[in-house]
Amino acid sequence: MSTVETVALVKHYDNDVIAVNSIDLHIKEGEFLVLLGPSGSGKTTLLRMIAGLEKVTSGKIYMGGRDVTHLPPRARNLSMVFQSYALYPHMSVFGNIAFPLKAKGLPYQERKKKVEWAASLFGIEQYLQRKPRQLSGGQRQRVALARALVHEPSVFLLDEPLSNLDAQLRASARDEIKQFQRRIATTTIYVTHDQVEAMGMGDRIAVMNHGNMHQIGTPQELYREPADTFVATFLGSPPMNLLNQKECIIGFHPEHFLPKDIIHEESPRFEFPFRVTRVEYLGADRFVYGIVPSESGHTRVISKIPSLVTVPLETDQLYTFAVLKEDMKYFDKKTGKRIDPIPFSMAVFEHAEV
Amino acid sequence: MNRHYWLGKIFKGVMTYFIVGLFALFAALPFYQMVIIAFKSNADFNNPRENNPFIFNDPPTTDHIVYLFEQTEYLTFILNSVIIGVSVVLITLLFATPAAYSLARLTGRLGERLGILIFLVYLIPPTLLFIPMSQVVSFVGLQNSKWALVMLYPTFTIPFCTWLMFGFFRSIPRDIEEQAMVDGYSRFGAMWRVVLPLAVPGVLTVVVFSFMLTLHEYIYALAFTTSSSEKPISVGVTTELVRGDVFFWQSLMASAIIVALPIAIVYNLFLNRFVAGLTMGAVKG
Ligand SMILES: Nc1ncnc2c1ncn2[C@@H]1O[C@H](COP(=O)(O)OP(=O)(O)O)[C@@H](O)[C@H]1O
Ligand SMILES: [Mg+2]
Repeated sequence: MSTVETVALVKHYDNDVIAVNSIDLHIKEGEFLVLLGPSGSGKTTLLRMIAGLEKVTSGKIYMGGRDVTHLPPRARNLSMVFQSYALYPHMSVFGNIAFPLKAKGLPYQERKKKVEWAASLFGIEQYLQRKPRQLSGGQRQRVALARALVHEPSVFLLDEPLSNLDAQLRASARDEIKQFQRRIATTTIYVTHDQVEAMGMGDRIAVMNHGNMHQIGTPQELYREPADTFVATFLGSPPMNLLNQKECIIGFHPEHFLPKDIIHEESPRFEFPFRVTRVEYLGADRFVYGIVPSESGHTRVISKIPSLVTVPLETDQLYTFAVLKEDMKYFDKKTGKRIDPIPFSMAVFEHAEV
Repeated sequence: MNRHYWLGKIFKGVMTYFIVGLFALFAALPFYQMVIIAFKSNADFNNPRENNPFIFNDPPTTDHIVYLFEQTEYLTFILNSVIIGVSVVLITLLFATPAAYSLARLTGRLGERLGILIFLVYLIPPTLLFIPMSQVVSFVGLQNSKWALVMLYPTFTIPFCTWLMFGFFRSIPRDIEEQAMVDGYSRFGAMWRVVLPLAVPGVLTVVVFSFMLTLHEYIYALAFTTSSSEKPISVGVTTELVRGDVFFWQSLMASAIIVALPIAIVYNLFLNRFVAGLTMGAVKG
């Protein structure tokens, strides 16, 4: 176990791509940090620099307070699970899991004990003699995980380890990894582009785009207080609605955009005209797609209504929807950063005094 | 319908074996002829108009094989060829493997172009090079020595084998060796324990290929070895068993078969891997 810290970490590739742009991260001991961002945002590059597989252009990396910026991977006592699992095809499952122990010069008997321990954690004891090509995707992933933890590293790095699994397996594997990490409490950095995965697994989430860090925080913080419009629109399914105003950009989650009638009369709120174009019933929720008309143009907006609310909604009808004042977010028009609430010019109805 | 089906199947099988058999016969005929000739007596061999050249008309004899071993330096030639072959294979592996590995891994897109450039060197024919090479050989004082060949053969085995191994290394995913580095090994350790074992077909291809090249090379061997004690087999038998216009055909045939047989056997054992090696180099290289 150890902390991981990056200070002003930068990576330029030869082709002038700035893959990682001055990233400051501080990962606490035993923390599960998720690096979240769309494809090409620099997550893998950042992870590979932390692993020591990629040269750092500038900046520093510390592990447990020790400067490891220029140390090779083997001097960092970490383990990594690649997206491809990178199992050694010429070795048996046993050989694969024992490989990191061999590097440490452990005698055979101890290696055997540890491999059996790691294999039993993931329920793959019966496959120890098989070759990787004789395993299913889920089994391979378990072998990769067992190999990653067998030598009890101080940091765990995982690069989209679930993206090669089918949806069903993914959900159970997500659970398993999370539980397992809780148990061994090893500092973990987990890369994904899937915000649902990130929200479900991370103690904290670091949101990246174009090599820049947009926000680091707990899932609740990201949800309640997104730092900018990128974070706001990247998280949540469906993501936050944004409306362009003269003074600023306003934003609200679909689940906060509700028919006016079901909001308590006394609550301070903003009201919007809403023309419904399509309604989707999805079990527990109703997704209502529509348009908020205004002078600056029509904006597509989604409302997510719990199915307990049975207000009838017809397509092509104009309704009045509302957002509680406390649920409204404000963003700067130029920078996209979140700002304190300011009055905006849209014709709104503020019911009660604040 | 069922009957038709079976008839069709049988016909197909017969045709397949017929065609394959024809080709096998075509390929094997020279060997057959060589074996027959090697054991023919002079009287039988020198009278092809009356005697059937494909069979023994007189009883077979081992005279010419005995002659080969007792009256020529045949065993020395073989030994020389083996020494040259093994040395060249080792030198080639020693240079081509790290060169190919670094081209495949360390220099990005540049590696590919350099790889092709190195391959181009291989295409320069030795017949053009042996005159300048003789200067080099005399400069290092290796005239009339098999070690001159050990020095020269790598000039074409290394470029070709570098290119061949380059294709191999590139087909091995980078992840796997990076994983080994994360798992606690140095880059060299990762290459030794993970990359090389996966490149065994490539290494075998290099071994077979370089060995064969040294075995059938003629120009350099003829130019740079003159005494019997230094000659490899390709030059040895053809200079000692051809005297003026007298060809010792039976002994020549025997000498060729004795060398070809073990190689053919080894070749067949590794045939599958060897083909994999060549095609991988061709497709990915
Ligand atoms: N080896 C490389 N050489 C040049 N550019 C690269 C290399 N690896 C990644 N990139 C570029 O760096 C950026 C970030 O890539 P990456 O870290 O793989 O993102 P992610 O993992 O978030 O998808 C991308 O624009 C990608 O094209
Ligand atoms: Mg990636």
